[in-house]
Amino acid sequence: MKFRIKRYFEKKESIKEYDIPLKDPTLLEALQYIKMKTDPSLTFSSGCRSEVCGSCAVRVNGKEKLSCGYKLKDGDFVEALNHATVIKDLVIDTEKPLNTLKSSSASLKEFKKCSMTLEDEKKIEKQSDCILCTSCFSVCPVLEIDGEFLGPFSLSRVYRYVNDKREGDIKEKIDTVQKKGIWDCTLCGECTAVCPQGIDPKNDILMLRVKSSEFGYSDPNFISGGFGDFGGFNPDF
Amino acid sequence: MFDILIIGAGGAGLSAALRAKERGAKVAVVTKSYPTRSQTSMAQGGINAVFDSSKTKDHIKETLKSSCSLGDEEMISKMCENAKDALKWLDCMGVPFSRTADGKIAQRKLGGAKDPRACYSQDYTGLKILHTLFDKALKEDIQILNEKFLLNFIVSDNVIEGAVFLDIKEMKIETVYAKSIIVATGGYAHLYHGFSTNSSHATGDALAAVMRAGGKLSNLEFIQFHPTALKKSSILISESARGAGGYLLNQNKERFVDELKTRDEVSRAVFEEIEKGNEVFLDIRHLGEEFIDENLPQERKLALFYEGVDPVNDLIPIKPAAHYTMGGIAVNKNLESSIKGLFAVGECSEAMIHGGNRLGGNSLLELVVFAKEAVENALLFAKQRGDFKPLNKEQQQKDENFKETLYRLSNQIDFYEKREMIGKILYQNCGVFREDINLKAALSYIRQTQKELPFMGIGDKSRVYNSNFVEFVEFGNMLELAEALLVAAISRRESRGAHYRTDFPTSHESYKARSIIWKEDGVICGDFIKVGDEV
Repeated sequence: MKFRIKRYFEKKESIKEYDIPLKDPTLLEALQYIKMKTDPSLTFSSGCRSEVCGSCAVRVNGKEKLSCGYKLKDGDFVEALNHATVIKDLVIDTEKPLNTLKSSSASLKEFKKCSMTLEDEKKIEKQSDCILCTSCFSVCPVLEIDGEFLGPFSLSRVYRYVNDKREGDIKEKIDTVQKKGIWDCTLCGECTAVCPQGIDPKNDILMLRVKSSEFGYSDPNFISGGFGDFGGFNPDF
Repeated sequence: MFDILIIGAGGAGLSAALRAKERGAKVAVVTKSYPTRSQTSMAQGGINAVFDSSKTKDHIKETLKSSCSLGDEEMISKMCENAKDALKWLDCMGVPFSRTADGKIAQRKLGGAKDPRACYSQDYTGLKILHTLFDKALKEDIQILNEKFLLNFIVSDNVIEGAVFLDIKEMKIETVYAKSIIVATGGYAHLYHGFSTNSSHATGDALAAVMRAGGKLSNLEFIQFHPTALKKSSILISESARGAGGYLLNQNKERFVDELKTRDEVSRAVFEEIEKGNEVFLDIRHLGEEFIDENLPQERKLALFYEGVDPVNDLIPIKPAAHYTMGGIAVNKNLESSIKGLFAVGECSEAMIHGGNRLGGNSLLELVVFAKEAVENALLFAKQRGDFKPLNKEQQQKDENFKETLYRLSNQIDFYEKREMIGKILYQNCGVFREDINLKAALSYIRQTQKELPFMGIGDKSRVYNSNFVEFVEFGNMLELAEALLVAAISRRESRGAHYRTDFPTSHESYKARSIIWKEDGVICGDFIKVGDEV
């Protein structure tokens, strides 16, 4: 089976083709085969081999995939994730995407004693399935333009804590996602499409918008970019 | 200078870091990967806790029984009695535990337990605990140093002074001094390369480093094999499949074992069938598609993707695989190793809890409870010590030299091939069945391979993120640890828990003791000590 990898080393990019004799391999198995048998310099991250550790996300034919959860096809083109510095070949510097978690304050701030029911837990079940593979960060078109944007996985995680019945300070969370956050999202849904865990950041962002309006926030784009700026219709027209 | 340096950023490392922060300690965490990529993410079953304190004694009794006389009652009691508080700590942090209809944390029954006491988050218990700990660690602004690989501990006169790391991104040697160190680096089941359910990171680097620093390891021979890993990939099919009524069959459709026996017993029965030349399958077809999709969706997905069979209609080919390592760094009751100021917690630590056999749900509990305990003891040590001037200043230079030597090795023998071979040999000769002659054959192979190390090396000579280099160092650690594991397995001439010797099929009173392994002038030494005695 033949496929190509975009290699990156010391600021130089190259595209290399590999022919591997494996039958129906996962992409990770193919990468490991190359490293062990033909080219030990091929560099990629991996861990659990079963889609929970979030180490091995890459792009295949332009779409984000976990290497361990993708069956390789003839002619595939593999490259590193977007919107992070590539260190070598398929390995990116994950610090930048992960730092968005810090600036979005995605954690329980003030524990509130309460009885959490089955339904309460279900409300945060999906969002807390996140494995931080950062696929959604890679696919997000907003990050293409604005590197400061908090990005999908952080916003989903904020929503997970906003929706946590035990959180006693929801306002602080809502405050932190106003700038470079929920209103900057274009709701294109690319993040939702690539999530290997079936999480829906687009919907979580929409829900955060609804929640924000409860705290008196509104869409800043609408206010500044609406008819107001235009000066309104000229009655003399 | 750090009061506490924590090595490893999985469940144990992050719990320790948070506890240290709560106590106002100056703390940092170092990991060879990233926190949420650790083995903890793979723990599915649950975390044991008894909420009705009148029943704590059952939890203690069952853990003690499962340990096959290698657990210490005081340590086990401490873990079980603190379980309720540990759960409260996690709940207050926001771990999304599954709930019952009346708003309580839901609990399920795991193997070897009389009552349901494992708290869980669907099949993602470890993942959700780990990620919540990580969120909290970021909130608390804990310093986390990612992608730094532990090379060696710095020890002077048997007291810890710090550790030397390789920064993987830049391939530079870095030294961190600290008043105390807590090791939380996980297990070594990946020694069984190709036959382990674990992440490829579970190579036991810190255990090998402890040995090199003159420290002691214990009960290395106790390795839990999980009976139902997928045949091709060794990926785990959860025990819940058997718990729900799944059968184990050979190719003649014959059941050959009571599926609900303990993991070690079922693993032996499965391995025996395989040795006879039979194929072994897990059969859940009779449970029906609706039930499978509702209760075992992960298992269906894994079997379909990695083995190419649909459990609704097909048999799932399986084999036993190394799953959890009960042995580890030998610690005293205060979780301190034989090196003063060096503590260990979690799977890397042999804290006289699991002994010969670990009960499901106890590993996550151990790391939360004992992380707190280790922090208290490490902090006490650090305070009494105060700032100090390191006496051992050679280690950094030694490791610089080591690094440069590795870059120059001839690479005539392929270490990846050797790694595969060692996985196979350990699985066959030091797996679920062991025998003196086979263990000794494996040991001589390991020793021969150690002699060949200077003829191995790396093909990638780059000075940026060199994973070929890292994997070679891991391989060296695996070899060092494999030798220790085999010596321990040879020395224990009896069968107990997960250590089953066909030449000594019964247990013996004189081995009701911890096996201890250490190195003197590079030579492996072994001994047995009474459980609970100072190491």
